[in-house]
Amino acid sequence: MCLGIPMRVVKVDGNTALVEQGGVSKRVRVDFIRDLHPGDYVIIHAGLAIERVKPDEAEETLRWLTMIGE
Amino acid sequence: MKDDTILMAHGAGGKKSAELIRQVFLSRFSNPALSRLGDSAVLDSIQGRFAFTTDSFVVEPLFFPGGDIGKLAVCGTVNDLAAAAARPIALSAAFVLEEGLSFSILEQVVDSMHAVADEVGVPIVAGDTKVVPQGSADKMFITVSGVGEIPASVEPPAPDRVRPGDLVLLSGTVGDHGMAVMAQREGLRFSTNIVSDCAPLWSLVGAVLEVATDIHCMRDPTRGGLAAALNEIASLSQVNIEIEESAIPINEGVRVACDLLGIDPLHVANEGKMLVIVPESESQAVLSAMKKHPLGSMSSVIGRVNDAPEGSVYLRTRLGTLRILDTPSGDILPRIC
Amino acid sequence: MADDDWRMKYVDEFRDDKLAREIATEIRQEASGPLKFMEVCGTHTMAIARHGIRSILPENVRLISGPGCPVCVTPQWQIDSFIELGKLHDTILATFGDMIRVPGTCSSLEVEKAHGADVRIVYSPLDALEIARVNPTKRVVFFAVGFETTVPAVALAIIEANKLGIGNFFVLCGHKLIPPAMMALATDPEIKINGFICPGHVSAIIGSAAYEEIVRLSGIPCVVAGFEPLDILQSILMLVRQVVKSRAEVENQYSRVVTREGNVPGMKCIYEVFEVGDAEWRGLGIIPRSGLRLRPEYARFDARQFLSLPVVAEHSGTTGCECGSILKGVKSPLECRLFGKRCTPEHPLGPCMVSSEGACAAEYRYAR
Repeated sequence: MCLGIPMRVVKVDGNTALVEQGGVSKRVRVDFIRDLHPGDYVIIHAGLAIERVKPDEAEETLRWLTMIGE
Repeated sequence: MKDDTILMAHGAGGKKSAELIRQVFLSRFSNPALSRLGDSAVLDSIQGRFAFTTDSFVVEPLFFPGGDIGKLAVCGTVNDLAAAAARPIALSAAFVLEEGLSFSILEQVVDSMHAVADEVGVPIVAGDTKVVPQGSADKMFITVSGVGEIPASVEPPAPDRVRPGDLVLLSGTVGDHGMAVMAQREGLRFSTNIVSDCAPLWSLVGAVLEVATDIHCMRDPTRGGLAAALNEIASLSQVNIEIEESAIPINEGVRVACDLLGIDPLHVANEGKMLVIVPESESQAVLSAMKKHPLGSMSSVIGRVNDAPEGSVYLRTRLGTLRILDTPSGDILPRIC
Repeated sequence: MADDDWRMKYVDEFRDDKLAREIATEIRQEASGPLKFMEVCGTHTMAIARHGIRSILPENVRLISGPGCPVCVTPQWQIDSFIELGKLHDTILATFGDMIRVPGTCSSLEVEKAHGADVRIVYSPLDALEIARVNPTKRVVFFAVGFETTVPAVALAIIEANKLGIGNFFVLCGHKLIPPAMMALATDPEIKINGFICPGHVSAIIGSAAYEEIVRLSGIPCVVAGFEPLDILQSILMLVRQVVKSRAEVENQYSRVVTREGNVPGMKCIYEVFEVGDAEWRGLGIIPRSGLRLRPEYARFDARQFLSLPVVAEHSGTTGCECGSILKGVKSPLECRLFGKRCTPEHPLGPCMVSSEGACAAEYRYAR
């Protein structure tokens, strides 16, 4: 029960934010994410941002994945 | 004085009915057969075999990006005829209207119907209107029946004519109509640039028939999406259909909206796409003809037909793995799980 | 228009088929002997089925679907309660779409809607609150189902309703907690599982540390996994490596989203509104301290006040339902005497059949 997709923050307005991906945009609650800025990515579940996506960790994971085969 | 609201009297068959027919329908659907206002439309003799189909249209909301219930109704029936390789000759349109519906909404819908029918070159020659008390219908239901002529040189395509070795072609992106409508649904509250693909496909099919006469099956994958259409065909022809996930084009907005709501794009309705299943020998010419047509520019071969297991549809995923593609069980619904 | 170059960020990079095959090859090379890994998240169940993950794995590595679908483990009597609420005068029922077809004892929301119940599907609990706001003369009851990923949103809706003085919004609380269920499975002597694939988004809220006690008490390795094919495959490889080295620890594959401590403000919000209690899991019985209920301060939002009969979390298991054993990986669907007879996808009894990708539903479909 974890259906959530990463979406990019377009604008933050207090405890809500406009998020977007692929031309689909939605206003969601961001009460539980600190220091959110436009350009950040968050995981959206049931109208709420449950966590941010950390770009450096994503890079790290991808690097690990690419190295497995080598 | 022009009426602005549909009343019970408009469906009663008397003066108000006549006014409605004149004001709304005759002024737009003008053609000789209709104008005679007989109990039945009389058509000139149709040569050879003809196809006959009917469809009822209910959609909420009535107006959505890319179309409305009227356009949907005409395209739906035209496309059913096209799938049978039948050139649309005549359509009928029956309306059940909810008391209290505004004339301007009805006129907009009928305008749309006229525009599409005109584009296709098919007259709406017969019609009927009933009005039901407020609350008994959701604004408007439209039933469109249609008759079409199958060229003598063509063996009518049918869902039981598909054979192992055939290739499955699709004229374009999936999921646009269903997601365009869903995005408008009250309570979901997200905005997109998704537009319904609602379009009449007779001219696309006409282009295909010019290069091939042995088309085994054509189907417009409406409710239930690609999955429902392919499963029905596989079952009726008793074959296995295997499609490639990476070959199925999908617009980014549709993809994101589906992922957000937990919906499978292969279960979502399309209203302007055609599946064309042909022997491999015909596939290149057919694909070429489809791609040249404005409504088929994203056409591709999405799969092939095998002999077994009979009545099944497989999907080869982007990962290269094979899984069963089932018919959806019911309405597509947003999920959290 | 469809753009072949467009990538959905943070999703498509983790779907690379070449990398997937490479990881599968590594798993094949490193996994010796039969291994059984259990996932406990409905979204993982769906992702595994959707991408055909099982068919890319070697035959000796088996994936088992645990009780990870919160909708599927909702007991029949609770669905009955929600249906009963819908029969009250001037009441709107709001629910996630997942719940619409799940059968109660003799009906479902889908059937009740056909009989005139005002059932509205919502994407977010905040949308349910909005329905209450614009329908002040009606009672709006939201079916609060879901694990820790969903609870913060429900808690927010209740706090908001409280703040705005919205007096017609109520919640029927069916929330459950994943770690107690995992602990019950992990410490069950019958259990034959070599590792847990832990739910990525539940973990985003509760933190990966939540599984440390489970590992300590059971010796079963845990890997927190993301939802794309590469995430799932990498997690399986990490589990294989732990097993091969006889290690048992919590590892976090989904580090781009999950942290060890989780989302602290989100957790705070959950426990401001809810408190822990016992809960019944369809097919598994009562698991102590595995559910949430409204705290006394928020009791006025509890929809149970409108039910005519007191609802007790009694064990209402159907005799013969083997979901418990199937979920533990001890029995197969074919060993359940109700399978295919009294229990089918059209009339499912336990969660393994309720979930369209549950062990029993899948067996029923593929064996057809």
